[in-house]
Amino acid sequence: MSEDQKIITEVTESDYKWGFISDIESDQAPKGLNEEVIRFISLKKKEPSWLLEWRLKAYRHWLTMEEPTWPNVHYPKIDFNDIIYYSAPKAKPVLNSLDELDPEIKATFDKLGISLEEQKRLSGVAVDAVIDSVSVKTTFREALGELGIIFCSFSEAVQEHPELVKQYIGSVVPSTDNYYAALNSAVFSDGSFCYIPKGVRCPMELSTYFRINSAGTGQFERTLIVAEEGAYVSYLEGCTAPMRDENQLHAAVVEIYAHQDAQVKYSTVQNWYPGDKEGKGGIYNFVTKRGLCYGKHSKISWTQVETGSAITWKYPSVILKGDHSIGEFYSVAVTNNFQQADTGTKMIHLGKNTRSTIISKGISGGKSQNSYRGLVRISRKADQARNFSQCDSLLLGDKCGAHTFPYLEVNNKTAIVEHEATTSKVGEDQIFYCNQRGISTEDAVGLIVNGYCKEVFNQLPMEFAVEAQKLLAISLEGSVG
Amino acid sequence: MNTAYQHTGTENFVRAFAEFSKENGRILPELNTIAIGRLEDIGFPTTRHEEWKYTNVSPILNTAFSHPGPQFRLKKEDIQSWMLAGKDAILLVFENGYLNTDLSSLDGLPEKVIIASLSAQRSNAIVKQHLAKYAPMKQESFVVLNTAFVSDGAFIYLPANIQIEKPVHVLYVNDSEFHPTVIYPRNLIVADKNASVKVAVSYHSIGSTNAGFTNAVTEVVAGQNAQVELIKIQNENESAFHISHTEAILSKDSVFNISTITLGGKIVRNNLHIVLSETNSVAHLYGLYITDGNQLVDNHTLVDHMSPNCESNELYKGVLGGKSSGVFNGKVFVRQDAQKTNAYQSNKNILLSDEATMNTKPQLEIFADDVKCSHGATTGQMDAEALFYLRSRGIGEQEAKAFLNIAFAADVIKNISIEALRDRLMPLIENKLKQSIQS
Repeated sequence: MSEDQKIITEVTESDYKWGFISDIESDQAPKGLNEEVIRFISLKKKEPSWLLEWRLKAYRHWLTMEEPTWPNVHYPKIDFNDIIYYSAPKAKPVLNSLDELDPEIKATFDKLGISLEEQKRLSGVAVDAVIDSVSVKTTFREALGELGIIFCSFSEAVQEHPELVKQYIGSVVPSTDNYYAALNSAVFSDGSFCYIPKGVRCPMELSTYFRINSAGTGQFERTLIVAEEGAYVSYLEGCTAPMRDENQLHAAVVEIYAHQDAQVKYSTVQNWYPGDKEGKGGIYNFVTKRGLCYGKHSKISWTQVETGSAITWKYPSVILKGDHSIGEFYSVAVTNNFQQADTGTKMIHLGKNTRSTIISKGISGGKSQNSYRGLVRISRKADQARNFSQCDSLLLGDKCGAHTFPYLEVNNKTAIVEHEATTSKVGEDQIFYCNQRGISTEDAVGLIVNGYCKEVFNQLPMEFAVEAQKLLAISLEGSVG
Repeated sequence: MNTAYQHTGTENFVRAFAEFSKENGRILPELNTIAIGRLEDIGFPTTRHEEWKYTNVSPILNTAFSHPGPQFRLKKEDIQSWMLAGKDAILLVFENGYLNTDLSSLDGLPEKVIIASLSAQRSNAIVKQHLAKYAPMKQESFVVLNTAFVSDGAFIYLPANIQIEKPVHVLYVNDSEFHPTVIYPRNLIVADKNASVKVAVSYHSIGSTNAGFTNAVTEVVAGQNAQVELIKIQNENESAFHISHTEAILSKDSVFNISTITLGGKIVRNNLHIVLSETNSVAHLYGLYITDGNQLVDNHTLVDHMSPNCESNELYKGVLGGKSSGVFNGKVFVRQDAQKTNAYQSNKNILLSDEATMNTKPQLEIFADDVKCSHGATTGQMDAEALFYLRSRGIGEQEAKAFLNIAFAADVIKNISIEALRDRLMPLIENKLKQSIQS
């Protein structure tokens, strides 16, 4: 076995380090999906009737839709009636301090290495911790409240700010948008809501830790971020999930609405259970994320580091409606073993002088398949629109695949659209250079891969950049020092 | 329900087949019948079909075409302006899909080289061995359609170790002056070990209002160390429909160069599949499309790297004016065994008008790790500074634009190795560019 192959084998054999199951009693809905279950969820969450109607409308539309088959991923057909659509951890209804938190949940977070106290004291990150479907803890709420910033769980927002929820829900991702978005709209259990008022610059990074917990529970999160005129927010989302044999479905929806001059930066590190070395188990991650640059000079930036999930199907998009608005997409997607990722972005240029940048780095190892699928559309009226896309793929084995499916649709002559893509492996001469400087092959691969992802990691907030590098190290264990 | 295929228009072709099947001397009578059956099964692609997303073929399916058979009326002077490969070229002229021997000239052919019509050579063992063996019949409706109606076309065969310098020109004329006419050209080019040949295939039409339909299939087989150059020129009238498929199979150490030049036509679709089946084979793909009015030009290329150490290099350029639209879909497929592959792909487009559209999809699918693959795609307008420079030197706006676009197009044309063809092609291109700039 050559040195390279050995490293690759080691990579494929590294175990999922965050796998454990917390024993928390769940308040569950019966298995299966029908109007009764949706009414149950809505009732359980004490929702107003308009929201129930909205859910039912989405459900009725979902029934008429077909499961998409176009992504470059393969998996056994999902039985949507074999899923529990609502499960709430048993927790006290209202929490005023961290002490009231269920000790089990607290321990879970501690194992993940995100002690809330530490986060609170040291890093200044407000954490809205979500276990399964109900938000259990929100920190720094009061500090944010003084600025008029609303950062709470989705169900709280429904109770406390129904007018805002009603105004913005479905405004970016309509309930009928696609198969999984419709499903989410019908059964979404909880999520985060974030509202930044006019002219306010959010003083800290807002963060949510998602965690799928109860066995056989599909998690249907819904996040809504609204930035009013001139507002700024940086939002972080990170995920780890316990080890399971059964595939778990995750179909989240994230909507971002940016008014004039507003800026929203959304960063994700996704490290859900990718399945074992034989490709058994792992999360199905079918997510709809979309931002709308509604006002002039608004900006939405997506940064994602995708290392987990058995199957990832995710295209964070930006609709550039306002003139001079900006959309950005930075992504690192790592697949290993039998993971499949079909991810990318859509940049829809509608306004004049709109700009978008796409930087996508795919790394595939083991027997995984990694696809970039992106759309850049310049509409007829988007004068002087500008796009630059770069999609690079790195192959770390001879049994994996890297695919690029970019769609460039240009309908305006003043637009400038550029797309570049490369596929290569880690250069032998680069490794040789490191070797002869006394750096082991393993360390060299680590250096090179980290350097390759630098462009994206640089976009992440500091705490996240550190975590992202750690994740990369775990995902590529054996080849990264 | 499968919405990617439709059955509109199939009955027209099935009816036409009843007539066609009575013709004597067909090249592939058995295969014709299988193909029409296949066509009845699958029908034609709709825009729901991923490979036909931007190209709606309904206008073709809704036209009733006549299928004239071997009737000739062309005179020598009619084809003068189409003699693109020069007067010395070996020439095969096909009128409405059938060889017009009076206009063709096959002087100075080296021994054992065969350049003839497929129908005349239908019992040839090489034809039997290769014809209709490569172009995919499974899902490609228009290859199936061509196979059902295959009537005639060029057969070019070079035995081992023979190189011919003289270009071969295969000239197709679709006579749609009185009726919309459909023709089904089928070409087979076989170059054995160490052989070399340069072939230009051009498509023209008579009449400017009727929508003729040319449904062509070309198969190229390059033997070990063979060199084949193919230049496909489409210059039919602006109502014409043109759907072609070119399939090339490359053996060890062979080189295949292809240039696809599209100037005319209302709906044009060029499918190009290149299979690098053995080691060290090299393919160069060049393409140029210049459009105006309501033209739609769709280029789909697929380079299939099946073996190690192969190289492919692709450059497609487009200039789009008026309300025209262009499609480029370039797929590079690198199989698991194809280590040490080098694959490059580039697509550059200029939009001249507010209503022109370009849809580009460069696609890489890679299953081997030791490869160098890259692609680039750009769409934009002419460089404003370059334009300003020329104008500051006293060159009028229209002329300056023409200069820049000619230079842009020449980048593709310069790769054609037949000088006579380049010389005759450039004026056509300049002319078309001027139309496109004004539209």
